[in-house]
Order: sequence, then C-alpha cells, then structure tokens
Amino acid sequence: MHHGLAKVHVEMQLKQLLVTITLESECNSFPSMSSDESYTLTVQEPVASLKANKVWGALRGLETFSQLIYQDSYGTFTINEAHIIDSPRFPHRGILIDTSRHYLPIKSILKTLDAMAFNKFNVLHWHIVDDQSFPYQSTTFPELSNKGSYTLSHVYTPNDVSKVIEYARLRGIRVIPEFDTPGHTQSWGKGQKDLLTPCYKGQKQANSAGPINPMLNTTYTFLTMLFKEISKVFPDQLIHLGGDEVEFDCWASNPNIQNFMKKKGFGQDFTKLESFYVQKLLGITASMNKRSIVWQEVFDNNKELQPGTIIQVWKSETYPSELSQVTAYGFSTILSAPWYLDLISYGQDWRKYYSVEPLNFQGSDKQKKLVLGGEACLWGEYVDATNLTPRLWPRASAVGERLWSDKTVTDILDAYDRLSKHRCRMLRRGISAQPLFVGFCD
Amino acid sequence: MDEEMSQARKNGLCRKLKIVCKRRKGRGEALMRTPSQHSLPRAPLSRLLHSNQNISFEMTPSPVSARATGWSPPLPSAEPFRLLSSHRGGTRAIAVLCVHKSHKERAHPAVFSAVGCTGDTVVHTRKPGCDVLDAAFARYHRLLFGAGPWPPPSLSRRLQSKDVLVVSVVTAECNEFPTLKSLENYTLTIDDDQCLLTADTIWGALRGLETFSQLVWTSAEGTFFINKTTIKDFPRFPHRGLLLDTSRHYLPLSSILDTLDVMAYNKLNVFHWHLVDDPSFPYDSITFPELATKGSYNPVTHIYTAQDVKEVIEYARLRGIRVLAEFDTPGHTLSWGSGIPELLTPCYSGSQPSGDFGPVNPILNSTYEFMSSFFLEISSVFPDFYLHLGGDEVDFTCWKSNPDIQAFMKKRGFDDFRQLESFYIQKLLDIVSAYNKGYVVWQEVFDNKVKVRPDTIVQVWRAEKPVTYMQEMELVTKAGFRALLSAPWYLNRITYGPDWKAMYRVEPLDFEGSLEQKALVIGGEACMWGEWVDSTNLVPRLWPRGGAVAERLWSSNLTTDLDFAYTRLSHFRCKLLRRGVQAEPIGVGYCEQEFEET
Repeated sequence: MHHGLAKVHVEMQLKQLLVTITLESECNSFPSMSSDESYTLTVQEPVASLKANKVWGALRGLETFSQLIYQDSYGTFTINEAHIIDSPRFPHRGILIDTSRHYLPIKSILKTLDAMAFNKFNVLHWHIVDDQSFPYQSTTFPELSNKGSYTLSHVYTPNDVSKVIEYARLRGIRVIPEFDTPGHTQSWGKGQKDLLTPCYKGQKQANSAGPINPMLNTTYTFLTMLFKEISKVFPDQLIHLGGDEVEFDCWASNPNIQNFMKKKGFGQDFTKLESFYVQKLLGITASMNKRSIVWQEVFDNNKELQPGTIIQVWKSETYPSELSQVTAYGFSTILSAPWYLDLISYGQDWRKYYSVEPLNFQGSDKQKKLVLGGEACLWGEYVDATNLTPRLWPRASAVGERLWSDKTVTDILDAYDRLSKHRCRMLRRGISAQPLFVGFCD
Repeated sequence: MDEEMSQARKNGLCRKLKIVCKRRKGRGEALMRTPSQHSLPRAPLSRLLHSNQNISFEMTPSPVSARATGWSPPLPSAEPFRLLSSHRGGTRAIAVLCVHKSHKERAHPAVFSAVGCTGDTVVHTRKPGCDVLDAAFARYHRLLFGAGPWPPPSLSRRLQSKDVLVVSVVTAECNEFPTLKSLENYTLTIDDDQCLLTADTIWGALRGLETFSQLVWTSAEGTFFINKTTIKDFPRFPHRGLLLDTSRHYLPLSSILDTLDVMAYNKLNVFHWHLVDDPSFPYDSITFPELATKGSYNPVTHIYTAQDVKEVIEYARLRGIRVLAEFDTPGHTLSWGSGIPELLTPCYSGSQPSGDFGPVNPILNSTYEFMSSFFLEISSVFPDFYLHLGGDEVDFTCWKSNPDIQAFMKKRGFDDFRQLESFYIQKLLDIVSAYNKGYVVWQEVFDNKVKVRPDTIVQVWRAEKPVTYMQEMELVTKAGFRALLSAPWYLNRITYGPDWKAMYRVEPLDFEGSLEQKALVIGGEACMWGEWVDSTNLVPRLWPRGGAVAERLWSSNLTTDLDFAYTRLSHFRCKLLRRGVQAEPIGVGYCEQEFEET
C-alpha cells in the first residue's frame, strides 16, 4: 500500500488486497437479520486477502482493513501483518434517528449512514414520524405530509427515501422505518380526518385529539392501505410499529370509546383497548409478510402477542428484568434502554455506554439467544442537523463496539486509546465527531 | 414566525402581507412590540449618558419597553424601507446599505436592483469613511440581502431621505479600540419621515445596526419589511464576555473569527481568550518562541502566530469587541515548562525529584525575569487595557514536596502556601502594572487574600465553594473590588434539556449589598472551557445558549419573561441559521432554512 514516497525496502510492499466472496454473494439483495457478516483478513506481503461468505462480511472486512492502515512519520501508508477472523456478536446493531421532532436533511442522514458503516452498525432505525411532524410523503395519502409536515420543504419524497435505502444497502445497512401508533400521532391527524380520537371536556367535544381512534373500521382500512405502501417502500423484512407511551386520558374522556369498552368487556382497563388496537395492527402487517418490532409497553400490556414479534426495551430503570421477562415469554428483543444518546451529560458518558453488558440479566442460555442486539437512540427534541453528528459520534461508537465485539472486550483504557484514534480517523473522513477528552488530532 | 409564514404559504395567502396592505391604507398604527419613546421616562438613559463611564451601568431599572432585548422580537407589520448611512461631522451619506424593491423583483434576484449599493454617486463622498462603520455597513448589507451580485443602480429611482437608514455618530473614535468605558447606547427611529440611527460612538452604532438587522423581516414573497419603532437602547453592563479555551483543544483561527461574528449578533463585547493552559501552549511568542515550539500540540498547525493574533484583535475591533488575553499562572502552566526550563517547580517524591512539575516556581529570580520579558510582549501585542492573569486552582502538593520551596517559606516566615501564592502574584501584578495594564484575576486570588491593587477586577467562577457565588459577589464588592460573574454561566457544563433557562434566570445583582457594591459589578462572562469542546462541537454548544447570558447582561433586569424569551430565542436561532451559524435547537420545531451538511 505504498503511496508517494517509495520505501527503501521494496520487498516489503503490499501490492494488492484480494477480496474473495466464497458463497453466493447476495450482491443484488438487501442485507437482513440473518446476513452473514463474518470475514477473514490476512495481511502479509505481497498480497493481502479478505475472505467472506457474503458481500456483507466483505464490507466489514474492508472497514477493518482501512482502519489498520496508518501513516508513518514520513507519510508512508503502512499496514502491519495481521490475521483476523471476525464476526459480530449481535446481528442487530442499530442507530435510531428521529426526523419528526426536527427534520433532518437527507445529507445528514446519508452522512450518518457513512459514519455507521465506519462503526460497523447495520441498522438505521428511522423514527420517521411522530406528534410534531409527518415528513414522510405517502403516495397513497399525500395529505399526511402536505398537512402534517413542518413545511412543504420539510418532507421526504419517495425519491429521498429510496436514496436513503440504496445508500444504506451499499453499506450493508438495513433501513427499518418506524410508524409509531396509536400514540405519538398528533401530526397524522392534520392530514387524515377522523383518524384520531376526539377528546371531550365533560359532555362536549374539546378542540383536541388523542391517540388513534381504535374503534372505527375506517381506522383499520386506512392503516391497511398505509402499511401496504410502507411495506413496499421499505424492503426490510422488519417494520417498527411503535406502541409506546399511549396516554389514556383522551380515550377515557370520550363517551363513544367508553361505550365501545363496555361492549367489548374491557371495563376501565385501557391497556386492553390498546392491545385490541395493536393486535389488529400486528395482524395487518403480518398479512403483508412483515415481522414487527414494538416498544416494550406493548408486551407489558399483553403477553399474548403474535409469535415472532420483537420487543424493543427502552425504559432504563429495570431493563435487565424486562429483558428476563420478554425472553422468558419467548420473544426476541432489542436493547436500547442504556443507550439514549440524546440524554447528554457533562464528561465522558461513553464509558457508561461501553460498560453495559446486554446479556447481564437473569435467564437461560436459550433466553439470552433471543437478544438480537441493540440500538443507540438519538431522539430529536434537542437535536437537528446542527448538532447531530458531534452528539452521535464518537459516543455511539462505544455502543457499536459493545454490539460487535466479544463480551470479553471490556478494557476501558484500551477502548479510550482506540476510540480517540478512531475519532481522529472519523474527522479525517469528514465526520465532525466530538472529542473524548483533552488532546488533538493531526 | 417561520411556522406562521409557512402555514400562510400553504393556505395560499400571506397574512402578513394583508396586514401590510391594511397599514398602507393608513388604518391605524403598525403593531409594535416596542412602543415609541414618548410614553417612557428618560431618566435612566440620560443618567447613563452623563455618568462616569467606569461604572456606566444602570443602578435603577429602566422600563423594559424602552429597550431592545438581546435578540429583538419578530414584529408583525411594517412597511418597505431603504437604508442609507452617514456619520455626522458632515451631513453627507457615506454608504447606501440597501434598497427594497417590489415583490416580483425580489423573486428574481437578477432584477432586484440596489440603488447605489456600489455605483451611486452618494456612496463615494469626499471624505473617506470610518473603517469600523464602513465594514459594518458591508457586513449588514450582506447579512440582510445576501452577497449579490448587485446589478447597477436604477438611476430613475430617487432616493428619498425616509427610504434610507441614516447613521449618525457624535464622536467618531474610528481608529481606536473599544474599552470598558466605551459607550454603546444608540437610538433607532423608524417612522414615516425617517430611518435614523443615532449613537454617541461608533460602538453604539454597531449595536444599533445589529438591532436594526434583527428588526428586518421578510414576507413570503421575499419583500423586506421593518416596523415603525423607536428604540432607545443601552447595555446594562459594560463587560459582556465570552471565554474560549484554546489550550485543552486548539481552535482553528476560523472558529475564533466565526465566534466573534456571532458574539456581535448577541451584543457581547469581550472575547476572553484563555490562550494557554496545562495541555498546550499555542501562543507563538516572539520573545520566547520555544514556548509554542515545545509546548503546543503541533508547532506547525496548532499555534497562533503573531499574524493570527493580530487578525483576531482587528476582527474583534471591527465588531466592537475587546480581546482580553489570559495567561494563567502560577497554576495551569504545565505546557510552559517544556519551552522554559526551570520555570516550573520540580516536585519531589521523598528526597528525590519525581520528574513531575508543579506550578510556576515562585522562589527564583529567573522566574520573574522571564515574566517581565514575557508580559512586556503580551502588553504590547494585546492593546486592551486589561490582561487576565488567571491565578485559579493552584495545587500546593508539589510546592509542599519541594525542599527548596520549604526552605524559602521558612526564610520568609510563611506558614501557609497561600502566602507563597500571594508572594508570587503580587510580584506578577507589580510587573504587569508597570506596563500600564489593568488586570482581571480569578476569584482564588481574592479568596487567598492576595494584596492587589484596588482597581483589580475579580472574576467569580466557583458555584458553591468556598461560598455560593452570590455570597462571593457580596464579599468581593464589599472589599471594594469590581466583579465579573461567570459561575452560573459555564456553557461547557451540558445537561439534557433547555438549560439556557437557568442561565437566563440568573440575576447578577441578586446579593446582599449596598448600591455602591452593586455598582462594582461590571458584568459577566459565559465560559466555554475546552475539555470536551473543539471545532467539531463548539458552535452548537455555544449558540444559542450563549445568547441567554448575553441578553441577561445587556437587557434590563426586568426582562425576565421566560416564555417570551423562548419565543424570541427560537426565532433568533433561526436567524443565526440563516446567517450560517450552526446554532442548535432549544426545543422541537423547525426553521425555514435548516442547517445543511457541506
């Protein structure tokens, strides 16, 4: 890998990196949960070799290879002899971005995908809509973003979305969209009449709306059509249906909802109404051959979910016991609770993220196998394109390594050294990753 | 405003425009957030104008309505304007800032003609302009109307005096530096007959131009508007600073210059440059080049050359900003040691030197010879009357371990290391005052009872210890020293959520003390220490949070409404984005123009 200055010892030149895909390459397909990301890298002159079963492993190996190269004091590109057999510990290693609280320009999302690849992340969890705005431009229901986005320029067109998906695919990253319902849907109401529950004040209808109205047939007709579109637009087998933080006050205020509850025999237990809704929604997506991820409340409210549903654990207080429970019921799970990167604090909080051991909960080996991985979440209340990158990187890198590397890789001082170098590397690659502590990059 | 505007756009009509039309028919006054002056008592202002400038801040609150706030509110109605500027000493105009034209033309920038922006005969008058004002006119022209290119002026259109902003300055001071005593008051009058900005000094004119630029708004069609208003404005405190730390992390020159721009947008007027510290010594000294060659992170790329420093000072001057250089001693000096052997105290482990070094060695004559030469250079490089001499967090363990220091203590009869620190600092203060400089020190110098000159400025930075910062303010002013407040404004200490609110709520004079004591508070500084900050995250971490501190230091103590501040600050942050500043959001929402990765 010589460049510029020729070295005296010409016999020590590395002339080539030979990349071999040994099985069917999966070149024209999308990465999935079961994609093989393993690779073997052998660096010795004159030809280095990178072997992988699939293209996805080759991508990870190329990233590793690029990180092994350094410049010596003469500026010569140098790489040490190495033999690396590598594969990820968890198949689901994600970053959540939130484009509803603040719109993120496409450039920011693509840049994030670049940085994700540098950190061997493989899932972009795109929390695309929420209460505040509906930037997803639906072809079936264009009014959703026409009325529900911040402005008509704060939208993701079909072209934008396919650009993100393809950019991600080329980096071995899956794009999992989240359309969170029945709560967190204020912005949906602007473009879809009668979708949200009208709230009441006493006997009178108030001028406000609550979660999605779960008792109307029109609701499910709408959801079927919308998710039919989403299932086609987003090729990944997984879809995130949300289901978190549903507030019951508005449902409780509404006399029609109360009648419906009575009729169904739910009593005053609104979690039952929520489950009723979620079950129907899970049925809709299942009929489209999609596997669903939901936030933990859905499981907390009802353990009898469609088999195969993935539960994402986000509440930080008792997440180990939540992991125990979820897996005891046989559900697969994704951990996010300790990795809310939007919750900033002074100093080196990456250490806290790094020190998490995802399998450190009560449970059998079989249960532990149900942990598919985790996600670093960067919620958008206080984040937009101005501060996204330095807030994510290199803090998310700590999560990236926890999810990729072996559980025995825990030396925090060693991690600090490597992470400092990695952040300088990201800077060189145009990612404005913030400093870990005092010091400098060349 | 952005949200309303887009809503209006979606609905296919512009509510704003309707208001303007109404106004043009002459029905009623334009809606104004800032009432005109006649209803307002003028005493505070006139007192300001005639007061001793050394303590030129207000002692009694002025009515909020008479004052602009740190960031002006969006105003809902207006009429088109044009700008022209002049400065007195002659009545002639020296530069045309801008001209408004009709909606349609604005939609096609190529035909948006700017009468006299460059070619008009009015522009180049017989007398050369004042560089500070000329540069400011060019800057604000660009900020308001973009970089151009501007087509030649339409000579068929006649400039009317009411269409131009006339800037009138009583005393020019054009080639001077701003000082602690500089007046910054101004009066801005926009009405049917005139657009007039008057100020006693060019520094006031700069503040007025900033306010003016914040009052201008654009309709959905791209027409520029400004509302009728009269604003009499002046700062509450004369020292409104921002500290940047270029030692923990090196900040490229461009980051510093960009920060100076945004400081001006926030009416901050002191750049406290914490140049050097333990980790690195990026200041390239002419007298002691070894300091930077050995003490910087990288002597080629991570230093500030004499030329860089000059550029910072001039860039700041053009924006009415003073540069307060800090060379912190005797602690926080590890990086000095590589370039100047024997400057630092060798620490001992038992009876042997441990190889580590502590604070500056206060017992050697060579130390003071070095300091004399070094500060001679610093005094001439930095034109501001004040230097910051640091004096914080001196760790005594190394001094304690050193037998020579102990012997020196015994000889001098010191039984407390604070006496040794005092000994050092007094000698340093003598050196610096001999160069006709005033000085600012961190509060420990006062806490440790170092004897200092009565005109020393003490900067209060410790939130809780040894006493709460408000108690410290009380003690410092009680002892007759002028005080600067920083403790509640450490912008580097981040937490989740809208932490600017706590900074905004601080009332700097909220301590027990006489009016004379309160008069000794000359202002405050927001501090951005560099442990976790470099050019990757500096800007979004600084802004708009720093704006909360800036408004507290500029505006009346009655300007405290948090909801109102939130609205204005959100709006201001969108304005910053439009000006190319990567200011972070303070809550959910959006700006018409978002920040784009390059």
